[in-house]
Amino acid sequence: MTRTEHVYVMFIDSTPNKIYDAIVKPEFARQYWYHENVSSDWRPGSSWEHRDSETGKVNIVGKVVEAQPPSRLVITWAGAKEAANPEAYSRVTFEVEPIDGMVKLTVTHDQLIAGSDMEKGVNAGWPRVLSSLKSFLETGKPLPIWQKAPAR
Amino acid sequence: MDAVFKALADPGRRKLLDRLFESPGLTLGQLCEEMDMTRQAVSQHLALLEEANLVSTVWRGREKLHFLNPVPIHEIYDRWVKKFERRSMQALAQLKKRLEGERHD
Repeated sequence: MTRTEHVYVMFIDSTPNKIYDAIVKPEFARQYWYHENVSSDWRPGSSWEHRDSETGKVNIVGKVVEAQPPSRLVITWAGAKEAANPEAYSRVTFEVEPIDGMVKLTVTHDQLIAGSDMEKGVNAGWPRVLSSLKSFLETGKPLPIWQKAPAR
Repeated sequence: MDAVFKALADPGRRKLLDRLFESPGLTLGQLCEEMDMTRQAVSQHLALLEEANLVSTVWRGREKLHFLNPVPIHEIYDRWVKKFERRSMQALAQLKKRLEGERHD
């Protein structure tokens, strides 16, 4: 089984604290991600889950591996249905660093099973989430990222 | 966004992005293998792609790994492609409605 990784980079006109909060605080995440990341304390060893804000359905689960707010957060990541299978877990690292008056957010999603639905899904999802996050933090307006075909 | 369009306006650079799309995390040496270019030219192209944020790099020990960063391409899609797509979707939906309307009304 080959594992692969993807790296996503976005420059955002904001502060590291706001970006970190936008990831870990449900009241922000639900506004641009339409999902929320929930953990009791976001400390290493604690579990976290990714929920659809509208339905409350848990899609992704994992554990916090490292947390150094506001510059670094490492979590494990698996589909909720595969929570019991250790092989199903991949890893996501958020790095937040101020550069030239902007903040660079790097999301590294590694240990993904190459060619899996999870790899395809996250590779389509992260650019949308990051674009919406940027828009939300810079203009107050998120992007309609999970928009389905136009309703008639 | 100018930097992104400029970076994309070269077939060699587009080929590098295609290679990184297929195989994330290649080194400069690995990228040179299948390119009909000098190592120096590949290195310069990569620098330009990195400046445009189309390529991100990660150091693993002494190796510099290159990744296609799809985020700016997604922004171009949002800005330039989606609205045309939406229009053609609407045109199709209208056509469907008209055709079905003729049959059922």
